Amino acid sequence: MLNLDQIAQDAAAAFAATDDPDTLEQIKARYLGKSGQITELLKGMAKLSPDEKRSAGAAINRAKEAIESALNARREAIRKQALEARLAGESLDVTLPGRGETRGGLHPVTRTLERVEALFRSIGFEVADGPEIEADFQNFTALNTPEDHPARSMHDTFYLLDENGKVAEDILLRTHTSPIQVRYMQAHVAKYAHLETMPEIRVIAPGRVYRVDSDATHSPMFHQVEGLWIGENVSFADLKGVVADFLRRFFESDDLQVRFRPSFFPFTEPSAEIDVAFMSGTLKGRWLEIAGCGMVHPNVLRHVGIDPEKYIGFAFGMGPDRLTMLRYGVNDLRLFFDGDLRFLRQFV
Amino acid sequence: MKFSESWLRSFVNPAVSGNDFSHLLTMAGLEVEEEETVAPAFDGVIVAEVLEVKKHPDADRLNVCRVNIGREEPQQIVCGAPNVATGLKVPCALPGATLPGNFQIKIAKVRGIESSGMLCSAKELGIAEDASGLLILPADAPVGQDIRSHLDLDDRLLTLKLTPNRADCLSLTGIAREVAALTDTPACYPQVATTPVTIDNRRDIVLDAPEACPLYCGRVIAGVNAKAATPDWMKRRLERSGIRSISALVDITNYVMLELGQPLHAFDNTKLEGAIHARLASTGEKILLLNEQTLSLQDDVLLIADDKRPVAMAGIMGGEDSGITLETTEMFLEAAFFAPKAIAGRARRYGFGSDASHRFERGVDFGSTRVALERACQLILDICGGQAGPLCEAQATLPARPPVRLRRSRVAKVLGVNFTAEQIETIFSRLGLGFVRNDDDFLVTPPTYRFDIEIEEDLIEEIARLHGYDAIPSPAPRARLAMLPQTEDARPLFRVRQILADRGFQEVVNFAFVEDTWENDFAANTAPIRLANPIASQMSVMRSTLIGGLVANVITNLKRKQNRVRLFETGRCFFRDALGQPVKGFRQPWKIAGLAYGSALPEQWASPTRAVDFYDIKGEVESLLAPVVARYEKTIHPALHPGRSARVLVNDQEVGILGELHPQWVQKYDLPLAPVVFELDLDALTRARLPKYAEVSKQPAAFRDLAIVIDQKLELQALIDGLLANRPTIVQDIRLFDIFTGKGIEQGKKSLAFRIVMQDTQRTLQDTEVDAAIQQLITYLHQAFSAQLRV
Repeated sequence: MLNLDQIAQDAAAAFAATDDPDTLEQIKARYLGKSGQITELLKGMAKLSPDEKRSAGAAINRAKEAIESALNARREAIRKQALEARLAGESLDVTLPGRGETRGGLHPVTRTLERVEALFRSIGFEVADGPEIEADFQNFTALNTPEDHPARSMHDTFYLLDENGKVAEDILLRTHTSPIQVRYMQAHVAKYAHLETMPEIRVIAPGRVYRVDSDATHSPMFHQVEGLWIGENVSFADLKGVVADFLRRFFESDDLQVRFRPSFFPFTEPSAEIDVAFMSGTLKGRWLEIAGCGMVHPNVLRHVGIDPEKYIGFAFGMGPDRLTMLRYGVNDLRLFFDGDLRFLRQFV
Repeated sequence: MKFSESWLRSFVNPAVSGNDFSHLLTMAGLEVEEEETVAPAFDGVIVAEVLEVKKHPDADRLNVCRVNIGREEPQQIVCGAPNVATGLKVPCALPGATLPGNFQIKIAKVRGIESSGMLCSAKELGIAEDASGLLILPADAPVGQDIRSHLDLDDRLLTLKLTPNRADCLSLTGIAREVAALTDTPACYPQVATTPVTIDNRRDIVLDAPEACPLYCGRVIAGVNAKAATPDWMKRRLERSGIRSISALVDITNYVMLELGQPLHAFDNTKLEGAIHARLASTGEKILLLNEQTLSLQDDVLLIADDKRPVAMAGIMGGEDSGITLETTEMFLEAAFFAPKAIAGRARRYGFGSDASHRFERGVDFGSTRVALERACQLILDICGGQAGPLCEAQATLPARPPVRLRRSRVAKVLGVNFTAEQIETIFSRLGLGFVRNDDDFLVTPPTYRFDIEIEEDLIEEIARLHGYDAIPSPAPRARLAMLPQTEDARPLFRVRQILADRGFQEVVNFAFVEDTWENDFAANTAPIRLANPIASQMSVMRSTLIGGLVANVITNLKRKQNRVRLFETGRCFFRDALGQPVKGFRQPWKIAGLAYGSALPEQWASPTRAVDFYDIKGEVESLLAPVVARYEKTIHPALHPGRSARVLVNDQEVGILGELHPQWVQKYDLPLAPVVFELDLDALTRARLPKYAEVSKQPAAFRDLAIVIDQKLELQALIDGLLANRPTIVQDIRLFDIFTGKGIEQGKKSLAFRIVMQDTQRTLQDTEVDAAIQQLITYLHQAFSAQLRV
């Protein structure tokens, strides 16, 4: 039976000698094919006695199994080798940049407005919008601005020419977002006229506003966001609470200092200017003017048909441009309106 | 309002000082905008008298002086100043003194001669720029006195940024009154005696416009010396308040204005004829003012006139040829009350303003008009001499000060803080507000100097101010919870913006007023809405399209070497429209516009570079509008290439346009490549729709490809419309997947390849049905469009 062991060893050595799957199959045929050595041995068994058959058959089958096992192992090894070779050939430079469009971004003031809206929505404020070419009544008169107030002059406010080239005196570019409040209150009053007590008004109004002013710190067009809360019991203390809370959340700074100091606006009484001071960073410790606010003047409520004895509330107005500058450290207002991609891309 | 703190402290001197004092004012609504010190820190400088001046033996320009410093022994001091002279009083820094810049004074030898100190110039003390010689002090300056106290150099100058309602603080006594109330400190004001009348010269006063001028007081003072010197103390106070000293008479009127808040005017009495009239100008009436401006007036300007001519723009500025000069000996001094409404805005209309108009516009205390006149007379007689005539005056109806009611409950409601009636009483008393109290009800009569107390809330603000805004709590507010609507059929603007940002567009914000050529070029708008008072010609009309701004942004960015630009903006556009609402006559829709310029994709190694084109931008518009599928029709638009522009239709309504910028604008605006733009009504994008479930078929779909050859000019939309209208019911979708022209296709024709998807929801389709359906489509295409099957 030495012969059989030798055959199995020869086969294993022959399998090992090739890397090629086709050659491997040809070698296999030499042993296990129709006229392969093992096949021939099996054929030769017909001549043997039953006893011999039993022992020789078992030996041949062992040899056959050994060869088949060697063959399979080699097949697997060659397959693996081939796969590895293919994978190695398919390897990429994964550090090359990806293909396709890159992301653009929102304007930094839009980012701010989005956050402002989200913060106020979280305590139940709706968001309102209104026209930018505005009527004198909504922009000034309804807001208790006297006829001869300097803000009404062409020195401060943009007016429009009519079709005949004459100054249209009752039409202007809104100088603040407060007229949105006026329109909102008018609509609210009309909507709930059938109720004995109207629901509360809680609204903010962001938008573009216009003033005749242009230098390093003033732009003739800029943004404002106005807030208004009117109800049966809304006080100056509530105003302080809401605005201080907002400022701390907006700047994500619990130790932000907020102070209210007396000021004057025709449409609020009492009125306050709001200053903030940061406890760290480059502006640390300096009081920075950030907003104006106050209790809505009774005349304003009367102008929109609200009884100031029954309803009371506050309004505030602030500059999202300034909020944005403070938040991101921008030092020139004009950058916001210049369309410079090198600036804008920083806010992606 | 700029003033000297030490002047203020001559009226009221609370314990609080320095930054705390400024903070106190700011937190009371009198915002301290600026604080300056009069002099930098230094010490050891006293008033000295030069007793003797001798030439230095070894130096031409130096003198050796003997100086009396108030001690027994005079000091020997070497001095190089050219103006040193015997008998002068000058500041002297003694050994041990520290001058500004940490300059130490020691006993030293100067060219061999011992010098025990230094005589100083104003510059060396840091109080003025003058370095030409020693600072000469008045002859009566007390020798030995510390120079800081002699010149009041520890004074601070404060500038208040006053709100327009606080005109009562446009004077030293007014600020003193406020400080007294805030700190609960007693104040004392100048004692004004009635001027003795020693001559009988007088003028009649006629109030022709009694509403505009309800009170006019005047008096003749004869025999004045207009050339008298203004006392140093007065000069100093004026200068520290930012007013230049001019002459004694002018200085006195300015001084009284600062002190009491009442602007005064001095006429040369010999240049007046007849009575004094306070009347309105007639249209076109002319006046030559002190500032040498000649104005042609409108009829709402109040004038002071004599019988012949106007002599002053009342409360604003005097006339050039009736004013006092250094030669004046007989003057007519005016103190009047002009109503704010009669003065407001007039000066600015003519492009100037004055300290007087600033005060009268906001409201001058009509309760102290006569007091101010007496105070000025007193100072004139003291400083310039002369004799006073009787007080001439005319009075009509002065502004009323109707009592204002205050309810304690209302205070609590407005402020959210409960005050006791006693606390309120204390606050009103400190503010000097007269009141009658009836339990929790107050009736307050505002004083003549307050023009801002008309309603209950005005009083509540006073209570809050005195209490301190800081002392009002800021609790988290309480409210009834109610959820806000979340409308699913509306898409928020932020979402729309985010889609574009995510697709590579950068948001910009451009001005809403633009150059009128932009309106012409990009909207063919020859009658834009014009501003009456534009800030510059390139911002003179309201935009009706956002495209101009985006094109300008491209130009800006190209200059900055940004060669691929993708931008968008959302904003209102403006149109005249008789039916426009809510502001009648104007339509102001929100629009969204985008622009792509340069390569279709960011330049990179992996993709071939090609310029962005119509179909790139169309893809953006389609994805913005999705799930809404719009129709696109060829259109002519002033901004766009006529062969490469489309209008966008949703439900047969035009919602916008897209296309390549017209080659003439590409050329005019000097762009190397053509930008592709779109502009859509934002309304079309913020509408969304509620998804609605439809059953998904379990039956397999059948796919067939169909290639046809048709006329090249035929638009795809017509073909698709026809196919969809004439399809067998099993045809679910028809998709174009290839277009081919050129080799193998007849000239003037194109080949289109469609994928047809067929399905039945109930059963599996048989091949014969599918073949029949395709045949039906082929037959239709042939009949309707002469389409040939491509072989």
